Amino acid sequence: MNHNWNFASVFAYWEVLAVGLWGTLVLFVICTGLGLSGGLIMGMLRYSKSRWVNYPARLYVEVFRNTPVLVQIIWFFFALPVLTGIEVTPFLAAILGITLNTIAFSAEVFRGGIQSIEREQWEAGKAIGMSYGQTMRRVILPQALKRMLPPLTSRGIEVFKMSTLASVVAYPETLQQAKLIASYEYNPIEAYTVVALIFFVVLLPMVQLTYVLERRFGKSDA
Amino acid sequence: MTNAVEIRELHKSFGDLEVLKGIDLDVAQGEAVVLLGSSGSGKSTLLRCINFMEEPTSGRVSLNGDLIGTEQGGRMRYRESDLCQLRTRIGMVFQHFNLFPHKTVLENVMEGQVIVLGRSKAEAKEKAMAQLARVGLEEKAPEYPARLSGGQKQRVAIARALAMDPEVMLFDEVTSALDPELVGEVLKTMRQLAEEGMTMVCVTHEIGFAYHVANKVCFLHQGQILEQGAPQVVLKTPETSRVREFLEGHSLFKLPE
Amino acid sequence: MHEWDFAATLADMDLLLLGLWNTIQVFVLALAFGVPLGLGLALGRMSRTPVLSQLCSFVIEFFRTTPPLVQLFWFFFALPILISVQMTPFVASVLTFSIQSSAFFAEIFRGGINSIDKGQWEAAKAIGMTRKASLRRIILPQAVKRMIPAFAERSIELLKTTTLISTVSYADLMFQANELASKTFRPLEVYTVVAVMYFFLILVFSQITILLEYRLAKSGEGTMR
Ligand SMILES: Nc1ncnc2c1ncn2[C@@H]1O[C@H](COP(=O)(O)OP(=O)(O)O)[C@@H](O)[C@H]1O
Ligand SMILES: [Mg+2]
Repeated sequence: MNHNWNFASVFAYWEVLAVGLWGTLVLFVICTGLGLSGGLIMGMLRYSKSRWVNYPARLYVEVFRNTPVLVQIIWFFFALPVLTGIEVTPFLAAILGITLNTIAFSAEVFRGGIQSIEREQWEAGKAIGMSYGQTMRRVILPQALKRMLPPLTSRGIEVFKMSTLASVVAYPETLQQAKLIASYEYNPIEAYTVVALIFFVVLLPMVQLTYVLERRFGKSDA
Repeated sequence: MTNAVEIRELHKSFGDLEVLKGIDLDVAQGEAVVLLGSSGSGKSTLLRCINFMEEPTSGRVSLNGDLIGTEQGGRMRYRESDLCQLRTRIGMVFQHFNLFPHKTVLENVMEGQVIVLGRSKAEAKEKAMAQLARVGLEEKAPEYPARLSGGQKQRVAIARALAMDPEVMLFDEVTSALDPELVGEVLKTMRQLAEEGMTMVCVTHEIGFAYHVANKVCFLHQGQILEQGAPQVVLKTPETSRVREFLEGHSLFKLPE
Repeated sequence: MHEWDFAATLADMDLLLLGLWNTIQVFVLALAFGVPLGLGLALGRMSRTPVLSQLCSFVIEFFRTTPPLVQLFWFFFALPILISVQMTPFVASVLTFSIQSSAFFAEIFRGGINSIDKGQWEAAKAIGMTRKASLRRIILPQAVKRMIPAFAERSIELLKTTTLISTVSYADLMFQANELASKTFRPLEVYTVVAVMYFFLILVFSQITILLEYRLAKSGEGTMR
């Protein structure tokens, strides 16, 4: 254990790291934004009583929940272009993989949240003359969202961590940039320690937040 | 004859809240003592200090002449292993039964005997069946607790405690969580125990039970014993207005003339 | 439109099956180490000794908040230099995923143990059981039953996460797929077949856990209430 820690060799490349952080942030914002809104829609489709809506939605959710994200990203990067003839950039492959995956996971959270609201609430909405859509929007969702807050926050944390997978297709996010630094400077210890610490420092408050939310709004299932 | 339980100058605080403020209580062997008092007066805490579910802040507790703990620098010290051993000598029954749901009735009654007392399975089973017979539930031995009524659960809990051959039994509001029509069977079991000479300390709101079964009732108020004595005296001619009001509050119950 | 042709992929199926076998090895070992380690971390976190509790909390939170790929790189590229040992992709993978999943299992254990009614601890204590005996005989058996769904979910996450080990050149299913795709120039077919293989692997695993849960639920008080 007589390694001479030399973090200066990492911070000398702070601009490289900053590019990576920006890349991570962009992925995170786009994938959570699209993933959660898509998940809400998919969750509603899953909740639908019509088989024609319900079954395809279920198939989608099962496929994307039960295959690894890395396989999804690689599939979109290498296989999709063959199928469609469209060129897929690393950025697009990462966005597709992570977003579609997030849609599938958050759909289950939304569906579970909506289902957890008592039948009486639907009946109360109906009784004062609200339509299905109105009851959903004005009565059910506001209550369900509270219960879904902890698991959705956990999802956000997962997306943030998942963004590192984009490095596999060489998209410049934090880990990819650290890889670069490590290969220039032969300092993998410091480079990867710094990346680990960055994630720890960013995500720890979010994890603490889920604990607070769980205490306020009930247990998360994620 | 030594007392089964002797409590001297017992104090118990939770943080800044002093719950017991100097309790002296003797329970003779074979005696049934009932603790009365309004909610929050410290009845459960007193009971739980007898088997050290709670450690007293100060004071002494003796069981059949054995002082619990050792004195060091003017304070009592307790070793966890000694307390575990002590608890095998004292049975406790809870308001919410607390049966082990993943074990059958028989296994519930055998568990402590095998794991704590180190009895052989065969011996434990024999004793367990004998105790289940005593509370009238032999035929429920292979069932899981979820299949029993509240009254039956509580009788199993009593059998579980009895199977350890305790010197004293503690009961903490054991009928309070039961439907009214199930209260009788549990009280009957307790009465039968008392008549067989078991030493018992019971917290209960069943004034009739106190009147007919107890040898002594103690009325707790704000962490102190306000009145104690024979039930016929304390319940019929209370000295303090506090006890009188408490008994009047239980208007549903009429003492026999 | 692309002409689907699985012939090349299927001809080299033995490569993929070898990868599958390697994936399963890492998965099973990581579970075998991760679950007991998780229990240890959970008990440590719940301990009344502040130092131990804080240390375990830190380990748990650290491995929950850092991305598994970063951990893998750290264990594969950084650790061997730090303690000057040889590190194989296999050892690094098992090490990373044992510790990583143990952090998540720890939280499942903690949740399960905390979900058991306090009265159960009290009843065990009242018949003279030590804390350790109460935990082992009374609390854990009940908690474990309730934990099975969360447990299964986490194990499936672990199984999916094992794909990352392809990045340190361990010949798991994902890695074999990459090899085969560049060898056959048929990425569409190869990756589609591999996705289907993962899908069925996970499906089989989750069916087993559902069966297990059902069997346990039938024996006395189960997880379904
Ligand atoms: N573990 C505890 N921590 C803090 N306060 C407690 C605890 N147990 C009991 N108390 C407090 O002690 C007082 C007496 O409680 P208890 O003995 O349960 O009363 P009773 O059984 O007569 O209703 C109450 O004010 C209660 O809130
Ligand atoms: Mg009480």
